[in-house]
Amino acid sequence: MRDYTIFIPEFIAAGSALGIIAVDLIWPRVRKDLLAYLCAVAAIAWAVASVFYIGKTPNSFQGLIQVDDFTTYFRLMAAGIVFCIALISPNYIRGRIDAAAEYYALLLLGCCGLVFMAAARELITAYISFELISFSLYILVGFLRRDIRSNEASLKFILLGAFASAIFLYGISFIYGATGSTYYDSISKAIDANGSNTAIVVGLMLILVGIGFKLAVVPFQMWAPDAYEGAPLPITAFIATASEVAGFGLFLRLFSSAFHTGAHEWAWAVAILSAITMTLGNLVAIQQTNIKRLVAYSSIGQVGYMLVVIAAIGYGDAHAGAGASAGLLIHITGYIISTLLLFAALIAYYNRTGHDTIRGMRGMAETQPFLALIITVALFSYAGLPFFAGFTTKLLMFQSATSNGLLWLIALGVVNSAISIYYYMMIVREMYLFDPDENVKRFSINPLLAGLAGVLLLAVLFIGIYPGPVLHGASKASTPLFQAGADATSNVTAQMLPK
Amino acid sequence: MSFDDAQGYLVLSTIAIPLLAALILVLLPGERKMESRYLSLIAGALVLGLSIYIFAAYQVDSSTFQMHLRWVWVENTAFLGKNGITFYLGVDGISAPLGLLNGIVAFSGALVAWKIDYRPKQFFILYWIFIAGVFGTFFSLDLFFWFLFYELATMPLYLLIGVWGSVRKEYGAIKLVMMLFGGSSLLWIAIFAVVHDAGLGTFDLTALWNAGQSGVFSPTFQKVFFPMFVIGCGFHAALWPFHTWSPDGHGSAPTTVSMLAAGVLMKFGGFGIIRLGIQLLPAGAAFWMPGLMVLGVIGAVYGAVAALTQKDYKLLSGYSSISHMGYVMMGLAAMNQIGITGSVMQMFSHGVMTALFFLLIGTLYDQAHTRNLPEFGGIARKMPIWAIFFTIAGFTGVGLPGLSGFIAEFHIFVGVFRSYPIFGALAILAAAFAAGYIFRMFATVFYGPFNPRWEKLKDISPVEGVAATLLVLAIIAMGVYWSPFTDRIGPTVALLPGLTH
Repeated sequence: MRDYTIFIPEFIAAGSALGIIAVDLIWPRVRKDLLAYLCAVAAIAWAVASVFYIGKTPNSFQGLIQVDDFTTYFRLMAAGIVFCIALISPNYIRGRIDAAAEYYALLLLGCCGLVFMAAARELITAYISFELISFSLYILVGFLRRDIRSNEASLKFILLGAFASAIFLYGISFIYGATGSTYYDSISKAIDANGSNTAIVVGLMLILVGIGFKLAVVPFQMWAPDAYEGAPLPITAFIATASEVAGFGLFLRLFSSAFHTGAHEWAWAVAILSAITMTLGNLVAIQQTNIKRLVAYSSIGQVGYMLVVIAAIGYGDAHAGAGASAGLLIHITGYIISTLLLFAALIAYYNRTGHDTIRGMRGMAETQPFLALIITVALFSYAGLPFFAGFTTKLLMFQSATSNGLLWLIALGVVNSAISIYYYMMIVREMYLFDPDENVKRFSINPLLAGLAGVLLLAVLFIGIYPGPVLHGASKASTPLFQAGADATSNVTAQMLPK
Repeated sequence: MSFDDAQGYLVLSTIAIPLLAALILVLLPGERKMESRYLSLIAGALVLGLSIYIFAAYQVDSSTFQMHLRWVWVENTAFLGKNGITFYLGVDGISAPLGLLNGIVAFSGALVAWKIDYRPKQFFILYWIFIAGVFGTFFSLDLFFWFLFYELATMPLYLLIGVWGSVRKEYGAIKLVMMLFGGSSLLWIAIFAVVHDAGLGTFDLTALWNAGQSGVFSPTFQKVFFPMFVIGCGFHAALWPFHTWSPDGHGSAPTTVSMLAAGVLMKFGGFGIIRLGIQLLPAGAAFWMPGLMVLGVIGAVYGAVAALTQKDYKLLSGYSSISHMGYVMMGLAAMNQIGITGSVMQMFSHGVMTALFFLLIGTLYDQAHTRNLPEFGGIARKMPIWAIFFTIAGFTGVGLPGLSGFIAEFHIFVGVFRSYPIFGALAILAAAFAAGYIFRMFATVFYGPFNPRWEKLKDISPVEGVAATLLVLAIIAMGVYWSPFTDRIGPTVALLPGLTH
C-alpha cells in the first residue's frame, strides 16, 4: 500500500523550504532575518510532526523507506540541526550572502536527505537521499560568491563528491549483480542463503568508500579541511553536524540489516579505517592554526571514534549491536549539540571581530568572557572531560562497543582522546592565559545568539550529568534496527528447519 | 528514613556545597572580590565541618560502608542492566580519613587564597569544582561517578596553574594536565574492559568488587589489567617513573593549588590502587604487588636523593612528595593489614604536611620573589612564627615521634619488613635522606649569616597563621592520638581480599 502519511514531517520541511523561496520571490524586500525565523519555525513544526510517530508500529513505504523510532530519532536530530543553524545564520549572512531564501531552503532540503538516508531500506533510495544532502552542501559551501576560498572549497567538494557518488553507485551495482536485489532485507536473505562471495565483498567495500567520503574518513578526507575553511561559518557547522549524522544513519541502517550476517567480511576493514581516521585526525589537528581547520580535523577524529561502533556491530551479535548503536546515537547527539554550541560562539565572535584563527582568539576571556566560557565548554565536551556531554556519551559509547576482539581499538580511541585534550587546551590557553592584543574593549553579543548558546550549554550539561532520558531514547531508536535483521534470520532458519 | 540515610545527605553535601559555591560565584559580578572570598570561606568552613562530622560519626564497630545515599541514575536501557549507573555514595574506614584530609586542606586552601587579587572570582570557581571532584572521588561507590569526579578534579588544574601560577607556568600546567589525563586514559581502557568482562551491565562498584572477589575475572585478565589501574593511578600518585609532572607542576603552581595538588590530588593514586586494584582484581594484585614494591622503593629513594640536590625549595617539596608517596606505594605493596593501614595514614599525614610546606613556602616566596635556597640565610630571626611552623612540617617529614609522619611511616615499615625485609631496609635509608634534605633546608634558610637583603621580611600573616595552625593541629592530633585513625582504617583494610598475615 502506498501510505503517504508517513512522509508528513518531510512534507512540512520541504514545503516550508519552497514556501521560504516563495516568500522571498513575492516580497523581495522582506527582511532576510524573517526568513531565518521562518526556517526555525518550520524546523519546530517538523520536529513536532515527527513526535507523533514515536512508538508506532514501524511502517514502510513499499519497503523503500521505513518510518520507525530510528527514523524519528534522526528526524528530531535533523530538525534540531536546522533550527540551530537557522538561528545562528542571520547575523553572519547579512551583507555577505544575497540569496538568503535559497540558503535557508537548502538547509531544510538537505536535512530531508539526511532523514531519508537513515530511513532508507533500499540502496537506490539511499543513494538518492545521499545525493540530495550532498548537492545541498555543494551549493551551501560555495555560497560566498566573492570569496575565492569558498569557491575553491565548493569546486573541490563537488569534484571529490561526484567521484564518491560514482564509487557508491558502482558498489550498488556489484551488490545487485551478486544478490539480485537492492533491498536490504533481500540482500541479507541472499547472503544468508548463499553465503558471501567476492562480488559482494567488493561491492560492500565500494559502498564503504562512498559513505567514507561523506564522513571524511581517512584516507578519503581530503575535501574536509578545505570545505570547512572555505564555507560560510554556519555552513561549516552544518557540514560538521548534518553530514556526520547522515553518514552514520546510513551506516547503521545498512550494516545492521543488509550486511550484518556477513559481518566478518567488512568488520576488520571498518576497524582499520577507524584506527587510521582517529589517529590521523587528531595528530594533524595539533598543527592547525585556523579554528575551522582545527574543527575539521577534530571532527575527523570524532568520526574515527564513532566508527568503532560500526566495527563493534560487525564483531558482535544483534544484542551487542543494538547496545552499541544506542551508544553511537547518544554520542552523536552529544557531539552535534557541542558542535552547534561551539559554532554559535565562534560566529558571534567572528561577527564582531572578524577573527577565525586561533591566535585571533587571544584574550577572549577579557573581551567576552561568556563566549570564552562557551567555547571552553564545547571543546572540553569534545575532549571528553566530565560534566559535559562528551565525557558521558563517549564513555557510554566506548563501553557499549567494548568486546574482546575490539579492545585494542577502544584503547586507541582512548589514547587519541587524551591526545586531543592537548590541542583543545591550546585554544583555551589563547583565550585565558593572555591579554587581548590591541586595546580591545569588552563587547556585547547578539542576544539571540547568546540565548541559543545558553540553551545549548544547558543541554550539554544535562546530557553530561543525567544521560538517562537521551540514552533511553537512543536505546528505543536502535531497537528496530536489529529487529528486522533478527526477523529475517529467523525466517530463514524456519525455512531450513525440517518440517 | 533511617539515621544512616539522613547521614547520606551529609555526604552528598560535601559534593553539593562546593558545586553550589561555584555556581553562586559564577553569578556573582567579578568586581565583588571581597564577597567571593567570604563565600569561599563559608563554603570551606561548611565542608570542613561536614568532613569532621563524617569522620567522627563513622561507626567504628561496623567496617562496611556507611552513610549510604543511592539514587538510580540510568538502568535497564541499552546495554545497562539493573543499577546500570547509580549515584551511590558511601563512607568506609579508608575514605573517612581521606575526606577529613580534603576538608582540612580545602578550608586552609581557601584561607591561603585570600590574598589572590587577580580575578579571585574565577579562581574560586575552579577551586570549588576541584574540591567537589575530590570529595566525589573519595565517596563514590559507582564507577561511572567515581571516574567522573576523578576527571573533574583534574580538569580545573590547567587554568589554575596557567593563569595564577608563576615561573614557567604554561609548561608546568600543560605537562601536569597532559600527564594526568594520559594516566586517566589507562583507567578508561581498564574500566571498559572490567565492566564488559563482568557482564553485569552495571557500573556499581560494590557489585563489581563482588564479581572480582568471586573470581569472575580470569587470572590472565587480572594480570593484564591490574597494571593498567596501578599505572593509571600511579600518574596521580607520582609513582616513579610517572612522577615527572610533580616537580614542574608544583614548581609553577600558585600556593593554594600546590597545597591541593600535593595534599589531596596525589592521594587519588593510592586510593585508586586500593579501590580499583586490590578490591577489584585481587589475583592481579597478588601477581604484581612485588613490582609495585620495587617502583615504590625506587620512588622513595630517588625522590629523597633528588630532593637533596635541589636548590629551589618548591622543587625540593615536589621531590620530597615523590619520596613520601613512594612509602605509600610500599605500604600498599606489602599487602598486609598493617602496611596498608600505614599507607592510608601516610596519605593523610603527607597530605596535611605537604599542604603546610607549600603554604609556608608560598608565604616566603610572596615576599622574597626568589626560590633559590642559597640566597636565604638567618630568616628565622625575621620570621620566628613562620620558622616554628616550618620546623614542625620538617620534623613531620623526617618522621619525628609525636607527629603524624612517624606513626604512619612506622606502620608502613613494619608492614614492609613483614613482607619484604630487604625493601624495608631501603625504605629506612630513604627516611635518613629525608632528614638530610630537610635539615639542610633548615640550615640554609633559618640560620647562618643573616642576609641584609631580607631586612623587610614580615612574619606569617594572621589569615595564613590560622590555616597553618589548623594543619599543625591535624599533624599533632594524629601524632599523639592515632587510635581514631587506626580504628577506622584497620578493620576496613582487614576486609580487603588477598592480604597476607
